[in-house]
Amino acid sequence: SEVEGWIWGRRLGVITRSASSAAHQKVCVVGGGPAGFYTAQHLLKDVQVDIYERLPVPFGLVRFGVAPDHPEVKNVISTFTQTAHHARCCYYGNVNVGTDVSVEELREAYHAVVLSYGAEGNRSMGVPGEDLEGVYPAKDFVGWYNGLPSNRELNPGLDCETAVILGQGNVALDVARILLSPIDELKKTDITQRSLDALAQSQVRRVLIVGRRGPLQIAGTIKELREMVNLPDTKPEMVASEFEGMAEALKVIPRPRKRLTELMLKTAVDPPAEKERQRRQAASRSWGLRFLRSPLEVLAGPDGARVAGIRLAVNRLEGTGDGSVAVPTGEVETMDCGLVITSIGYKSLPIDPAVPFDPRKAIVPNSLGRVQQAAGLYCSGWLKTGPVGVIATTMNNSFDTAHSVVEDLTSGCLDATSAKPGSTGIGPLLDKRGVKPVSFSDWEKINQEERRRGAAQGKPREKLLDVEEMLKTWTV
Amino acid sequence: MGLPPSSSPTGLRRAASQSSSDNKVTVHFVNRDGEKITAKGSPGDSLLDLVINEDLDFDGFGACEGTLACSTCHLVFSEEVYEKLGPVTDEEMDMLDLAYGLTDTSRLGCQVCLTRALEGMEARVPESVADIRQTQDITMGMTMK
Repeated sequence: SEVEGWIWGRRLGVITRSASSAAHQKVCVVGGGPAGFYTAQHLLKDVQVDIYERLPVPFGLVRFGVAPDHPEVKNVISTFTQTAHHARCCYYGNVNVGTDVSVEELREAYHAVVLSYGAEGNRSMGVPGEDLEGVYPAKDFVGWYNGLPSNRELNPGLDCETAVILGQGNVALDVARILLSPIDELKKTDITQRSLDALAQSQVRRVLIVGRRGPLQIAGTIKELREMVNLPDTKPEMVASEFEGMAEALKVIPRPRKRLTELMLKTAVDPPAEKERQRRQAASRSWGLRFLRSPLEVLAGPDGARVAGIRLAVNRLEGTGDGSVAVPTGEVETMDCGLVITSIGYKSLPIDPAVPFDPRKAIVPNSLGRVQQAAGLYCSGWLKTGPVGVIATTMNNSFDTAHSVVEDLTSGCLDATSAKPGSTGIGPLLDKRGVKPVSFSDWEKINQEERRRGAAQGKPREKLLDVEEMLKTWTV
Repeated sequence: MGLPPSSSPTGLRRAASQSSSDNKVTVHFVNRDGEKITAKGSPGDSLLDLVINEDLDFDGFGACEGTLACSTCHLVFSEEVYEKLGPVTDEEMDMLDLAYGLTDTSRLGCQVCLTRALEGMEARVPESVADIRQTQDITMGMTMK
């Protein structure tokens, strides 16, 4: 009822307008990561936006995905904070859409619903031995060192010499860098104390980053590769013969790919200058790229439970450039290792049966962000395009979806004339179900606490790892 | 300014002397809709500083706040202007390489600083994504940093 809605609004310190006096159309965004915030930013020019986020804390992969030693990438948070403070924007953390409230209920309460909940699942290798101890999806490993509550207890075993990472994208390079970075560098970042302590005890000295295809198909970008080349106390361990023929190929490729390949070639093939030669000789750790290898089986050690190696198919390339395909040659190889990290892609999951979902592509089928066969339902971010792209990519994709929403609201394609209750409709539902949403100013209290704890350790923040602790913090 | 009063419009002379007394540099931005937006900055300001100080409304510009962690302040110049912009570091090139619609005369606005020699320069804000079919970058299948 209106009164209930108003009281609920007051409790959160936000006076919500009663449904009948709403001057603005109301849109809700599901997911408080970069896609959600960028979509909201654009929508706020015209409409009221409510952002629902499953965790108490906002920002999604900017908080849980971006590497701790890449703090500048997280500067986008100031833009998101500005968005959250907009008079027409309301953040509701600790609300799990799909279980606490359904997408159908949101569609009844709002003029439009934008799904921006990203990709919380992993692509699996689909090979025997994937479930052995010591095999982790990169997303979980990254979540572990970035303080994602559900990866808190990962406790990856780091008591082996060699780690193999499958995949050669930026996530794989981030994982390699975190595994091999000097602790003195990591301890100044917002990496969790728990993972910092584990890494300080790590015996991992060698990391191999393995891809299905060749050097010209590597998905990582030059900045991350350069960080590996320049990583203190490490040396590159490449196989020069894997780069045969690259120099020729360099002549005809676009500049970004060319510079990246040149850097790889220089590192793998060129004899180093004296200073670099000495630096490499003194290094206690190593890293390398390996190409044309696909996982066939993860092998257990004598105990039958822990990984001791990985069997790989040797490939050749058919075709050239980006479209080339890895084809097994029939040859097989084994690499010894005590840690396997699969970095072969995140994957979106369906959260509500009412939402169309393409299980093959693992996205919500859409056209320009408009969900197919579901008027008033939209999607943005990785849920829309698949889990590829940096923050700027997501930003553009989200602006595009917001544009579609506004276009439909203005054209009359969507019925925006009848009043909708928005949060005054959803609030009482959540209340009845015992769900206590966390407001943005509550997050700011959690933020303050994290920064306070971090300052004591010379870190920008010490993240709270526990949802219960987060909820307790803002009520104090 | 050494120009006989009869041969130059008063406005131009006034503008010229204004520029030297203000110590400001004029920049003409061309936005994604093709509109020309003129702004003035001080020598030493970066083009990103100028966009922010003058509150120019370019969607998503300068996401990482000038720390070489994104490519959203991508600007395109004429060859003539590009030559005057100074050297590009590897660090800038690394991020510029990720920019959509990269050209040979592209720079990141946060790394280009105004000088008097750049008075009246034009800077085009390129499209960030032309077409959703191109959100999968053609040269790099990039993953989250």
